[in-house]
Amino acid sequence: MAVVTAPIEHGGMVIAPPTIAAPAYRGLWSWFTTVDHKRIGILYGVSAGTFFVIGGLEALVIRLQLWVPNNTLVSAEMFNALFTMHATTMIFLAIMPLGAAFFNFIIPLQIGARDVAFPRLNAFSYWAFILGGILLNVSFLLGGAPDAGWFGYANLTTRPYSPGPGIDFWMMGLQVLGVASLAAALNFFVTLVNMRAPGLSFMRLPIFCWMSLITMILLLLAFPSITVGLILLMFDRFFATNFYSVAHGGDPVLWQHLFWVFGHPEVYILILPAMGVVSEIIPVFSRKPLFGYAVMVYSGIAIAFLSFGVWAHHMFAVGLGPLADAVFASTTMLIAVPTGVKIFNWIGTMHRGSVAFKTPMLFAVGFIAMFIIGGVTGIMHASPPADLIQHDTYFIVAHIHYVLIGGSIMALFAGIYYWFPKMSGRMMNETLGKWNFWTFFLFFNLTFMPMHWTGLLGMPRRVYTYGPELGVTGLNQVSTIGALGLGFSVLIFVVNLFVSLRSGEPAPDDPWDGATLEWSIPSPPPPYNFARIPVVHSRDAWWAMKHPERMHLDPIEVTPLSGGPAHASEQAHAVVAAPTLPDVPAVIHMPSPSYFPLLAALGLVIMAMGILAVDWFGPTVLPIFAITGLLLLVGSIYGWSFEAA
Amino acid sequence: MAHAAPVTLDAGDVTPPAEHGALVLEHPHPSVGVDNRKLLMWAFLASDCMFFGTLIATYMVYKNRSLTGPLPREIFDVPYTSVSAFVLLLSSLTMVLALAAIQSGQERKMRVWLSATALLGCVFLGGQFYEFTTFYREGLTLSSNLFGSTFFTLTGFHGTHVFIGVFWLLSLVAHSLRGKLHKEHSLFVEIAGLYWHFVDIVWILIFTLVYLIPE
Repeated sequence: MAVVTAPIEHGGMVIAPPTIAAPAYRGLWSWFTTVDHKRIGILYGVSAGTFFVIGGLEALVIRLQLWVPNNTLVSAEMFNALFTMHATTMIFLAIMPLGAAFFNFIIPLQIGARDVAFPRLNAFSYWAFILGGILLNVSFLLGGAPDAGWFGYANLTTRPYSPGPGIDFWMMGLQVLGVASLAAALNFFVTLVNMRAPGLSFMRLPIFCWMSLITMILLLLAFPSITVGLILLMFDRFFATNFYSVAHGGDPVLWQHLFWVFGHPEVYILILPAMGVVSEIIPVFSRKPLFGYAVMVYSGIAIAFLSFGVWAHHMFAVGLGPLADAVFASTTMLIAVPTGVKIFNWIGTMHRGSVAFKTPMLFAVGFIAMFIIGGVTGIMHASPPADLIQHDTYFIVAHIHYVLIGGSIMALFAGIYYWFPKMSGRMMNETLGKWNFWTFFLFFNLTFMPMHWTGLLGMPRRVYTYGPELGVTGLNQVSTIGALGLGFSVLIFVVNLFVSLRSGEPAPDDPWDGATLEWSIPSPPPPYNFARIPVVHSRDAWWAMKHPERMHLDPIEVTPLSGGPAHASEQAHAVVAAPTLPDVPAVIHMPSPSYFPLLAALGLVIMAMGILAVDWFGPTVLPIFAITGLLLLVGSIYGWSFEAA
Repeated sequence: MAHAAPVTLDAGDVTPPAEHGALVLEHPHPSVGVDNRKLLMWAFLASDCMFFGTLIATYMVYKNRSLTGPLPREIFDVPYTSVSAFVLLLSSLTMVLALAAIQSGQERKMRVWLSATALLGCVFLGGQFYEFTTFYREGLTLSSNLFGSTFFTLTGFHGTHVFIGVFWLLSLVAHSLRGKLHKEHSLFVEIAGLYWHFVDIVWILIFTLVYLIPE
């Protein structure tokens, strides 16, 4: 462990530098051993961005194949692999880890903590994620990518119908990613519950933290369902069980239930962090606190609760019977209520605010508009009779892309533009940012809006081509042009990222006059984040510290819980006084770097590869891989338990 | 960079400063008074509840849907499995005694009770191994019918949990023998105990739903 001294600038004045017992960062190797939540967040972000580009290129090939009827750019088999890997990549390797990048970087800063609760477990999550993602993608090189759709319906995935190794890569890759998600969810759940700064009660928690906490609970409770589903699939494929085999009395619909019991909460795992990001950005750029904070929290909880009771709306076409259909249609329509509440609260926040349309705000407002469209089409197919017509057509493709690109991705872009100054110490280029937004907004709609018509005119999704007599050639060409434009927009973003990183304007600590604690520390933050752990006295803690005069300028807002305005002003002075005291601990102890998390993740992946190796070398190699991987995993966990923290 | 317009603050629930007193230097966790590691275990168990819940649900929906035998009523030996269920339940008692011992600083006693817990777990695992081989000889395999697939998967994963628990308990004993597990580390025993009791409770459910209500 190295001792680093760093000058501390806090609350506008320089305080005597303390001795910081923090790991020294040097060279490439330090990235493999880091346990710093900020560096792990950057690793997540870069990896997720790379996978986002890969998934985007897969989408472009799909769109080019659909440029003209009866196109032969790719084979039907390749097309199946492309849409399977496009969806799997975007959901598990791009949007989820991009959310994780923000969990990692932002949560400890917003709650006034020096790191997450379990820094090594955090590193393990990242390594398991990246190795699982690589495992999924090497399938292209080793005997064919998975091609049964991201939902992997049985019987498509069972051995007789998918004899090749593609499904095995998909199955084991997802299991590894599931372990990574579970470990991360446990870690951030504990961090958010237990590592909050003094005074930061739950109802003062920044809304992004709240939405993250809800996401963690969803991850913990939803992932076991797909874990079991995948285990049963693995047993069917390798150990001759009969779970999904109709010939032996099994029922492929069991997979559908297990998958969607996970799959629908998963949709909210993808969108809740995005909603949290937007809920941070809109108040800051409207110069107003979030409208209806408490209701925002409660509606997030309501969404999470209801998300476990709506899964069968993905299965209306299976024929579950009128009663089941009616129940799931009702719960699905019900979940639109808390979602709608959130939309009105964002609009209410902007109402009569002093709105500044910087790039993060543009993306955030774009998110609201696009998410409304996606939400409305979602309510349309909550009705089983309507869904039977829309099911498996491009109408559904349009819906999911409006909620996942127009929703999640736009919000995550907003988050990158918003927090980039904090992460890198440089501002992102505003001109390129505006170009990025407007091209993204335009081409996104050009791509996916026509799909509503393509779908209603009867074009089925996941089919590699279509005939000219269907009359959807023009609409498909508009979508393809839009997709290429969307690719161009992402290119602008990548250029902006590199240009800003190299030569962006240096970022001040608090470029947006932010409301939350991450803006109270330097950009980029020192390894220990906070020289002194902040004490929180109200919501929007950093605003309260910076603008105490507002505390008693508006007595109605200050009065509610603890005495009159006079009292509040007293308190406000106490808050301002705090940062000027040179009360910084002499030594700050930070966790040491460790290579055990990487080794543990490697052990996990070697175990998963054991199943895959059976495809090539027969069952005798399974124990070799399983035992090697297990020893490495267990040994590494022992190692990290007993090494010096 | 800051915007010109003033900020209107929503103070929310404001606490008087006296409540927090002096400035905080080192991080004052845990916020809710439960140790991080214990909270992690509770959260993991919530997730594991869903894991076993899904496996049990799979067993239940496939109950009585096997196309061929052997069927549960032909093969179960309820008195035999009752004994091994009792052994596992008894291990929860010894686990509690181990925790009580370390909390009062009796390290040797703790090692005895931890070893007893691990031993009882091993007896249960041995019983399961014997049961599995008996069933196998009577024609019930993973692939014989739906009952075989669901039964071996469910009880097998429970057995794996018990096995991990035994490994964990023995690690604690080894740690204590090296003189590194004292009264102030009783949390480690408590967390292992949480896991162990959970695995016991799951067995009560499995035993009831699978063995006692076979039809």
